[in-house]
Amino acid sequence: MAQPRHILVWRLLVFVAALVPLSWWMFHVAIGAAGPEPGRYLLLNLGQGALFLLLCTLSLTPLMRLTRWKGFSAIRRQLGLWTFSYALLHMLSYLLFILGLNWTALGEDLQKRPYVIVGALALVILLALAVTSNRYAMRRLGKRWKPLHKWIYAALGLVLLHFLWVVRADLAEWSTYAAVALGLMLLRLPGIAQRLPRLGERLKRARV
Amino acid sequence: MLIRSRNRHSIGENDVTPESVYLSRRTFLGGVAGIGLAASLPRAALAGPDYDDVTKAKGPEWFEAHLSDTRWNAVTAEEKITPFDDATHYNNFYEFGSNKSDPARYAGQLNTVPWSVTIDGEVGKPGQYALENLITPSRFEERIYRLRCVEAWSMVIPWLGIPLADVIKRAEPTGKAKYVRFETLEHPKQMPGQASRFGLIEWPYREGLRMDEAMHPLAFLAVGMYGRVLPNQNGAPLRLVVPWKYGFKSIKSIVRISLVESQPETSWHMLAPDEYGFYANVNPDVDHPRWSQATERRLPNSLFNPNVIDTQPFNGYAEDVAGLYQGMDLRKFY
Ligand code: HEM
Repeated sequence: MAQPRHILVWRLLVFVAALVPLSWWMFHVAIGAAGPEPGRYLLLNLGQGALFLLLCTLSLTPLMRLTRWKGFSAIRRQLGLWTFSYALLHMLSYLLFILGLNWTALGEDLQKRPYVIVGALALVILLALAVTSNRYAMRRLGKRWKPLHKWIYAALGLVLLHFLWVVRADLAEWSTYAAVALGLMLLRLPGIAQRLPRLGERLKRARV
Repeated sequence: MLIRSRNRHSIGENDVTPESVYLSRRTFLGGVAGIGLAASLPRAALAGPDYDDVTKAKGPEWFEAHLSDTRWNAVTAEEKITPFDDATHYNNFYEFGSNKSDPARYAGQLNTVPWSVTIDGEVGKPGQYALENLITPSRFEERIYRLRCVEAWSMVIPWLGIPLADVIKRAEPTGKAKYVRFETLEHPKQMPGQASRFGLIEWPYREGLRMDEAMHPLAFLAVGMYGRVLPNQNGAPLRLVVPWKYGFKSIKSIVRISLVESQPETSWHMLAPDEYGFYANVNPDVDHPRWSQATERRLPNSLFNPNVIDTQPFNGYAEDVAGLYQGMDLRKFY
């Protein structure tokens, strides 16, 4: 299936864009501008980055419905994989830079601390979705592929819970993510989802 | 890429104070049993340690005048002092926001001159005191203390101030004074964190100590650090420093000190009583529900050297303060 050139360019742009924050943070760490605890700087940024990417991934379907532009579905898999990569690096930052590769401590956290448990569950879901995101797995799973990938919603809920549980004294940041997540879920309600294409048409006509 | 440049802090691998200098000063002061003789020494020998890398700042006149008669290194820690830049750019001071870089960014708006502190409750001499009148009857001391945050990181900071006990004694507590309650300024215009509609802390920030804790010689009121006036983000112009307790006990920008009869409510305890107790003594055996307290990360650290060290009971001050808690179940009174 050859893709039109502009879609290929678009996918490349998305790829580069997703690399930018990661490189930016690493650059900050490398020049010593990430503060006295660079590991935690990476940990928190990667956590929020992963959540942000997860929300981007989940915005593709509504955007597709609204615009009918194929470009949005062409980057779904890529964004999903980026989400998983950021989340994995987030977890690894914790293990390497905070715990100093102390596996026992990680094991203890995984048994004792609810916020780590829900984070780990979310990561396992993202892993399962990542390894079944290729065409081979799609073919093998057939009808079961779609229900499996609905687990993305469970991952979103778990991540928001994980984040909520690490909030110390101010919910402003968390509420912003939660509000966007809620909005994206509402856009999937059948009544609203069906109206999106028509809304898109109207917007397009209004612009002309 | 992973080589974290140490020379970001010109102090780098050496100490803020060259080790030899501070060792000799310490032995010297110890040797001559301190104050009397030290006071007659030529100025040069008494000048503060030369903390390079420190952003110089001029404090109020009374502060700068009082500085010349400071007992430098009155209490030392035989550990490397945290670079000034880190101690002033990695702060939890929720009045200015919830990111660690927020206080350095926003605390500049705080107006600390003039400043007065209300002393009330069970005292013979209640009143509103100008900061200098509260502080200057005592001689400045420099105390190098470990600071252990409840989030499991730690620093080593040279504070400048006076014993808390001095201020309490001068207020003449009555027999009914059993606890000391502290309050931070509430001023949402100057403290943007207090204006957040999503904030969970009920302002003003409150803290408290039991009377015997407050009278303990290690309990300290700081008005400066690194040989200079306190930067706003570190709690200017007046903050508490209780080195054997988690950092959140060391309340900043204090405007009120009340001596009271019963145990006062404290901010973090109000917010999450199962996570933050009234005592909040550093204790490696009692975890915070969300993280272990057995170890801590001594900052600054780097990616591949998280600098994880064992946390000491009472943050290493057990010898001095454990007696205060004899017979208490520290798991229950966390
Ligand atoms: C085994 C899996 C995971 C572990 C061990 C883990 C660990 C952590 C830790 C230690 C923190 C910081 C807590 C603190 O503030 O002290 C954190 C925060 C966070 N994590 Fe995770 N996490 C995991 C999975 C995930 C996943 C899968 C996501 C998202 C896709 C995620 C997103 C976040 C976010 C958004 C934050 C908040 C960052 C902030 O406060 O700025 N985490 N996580």
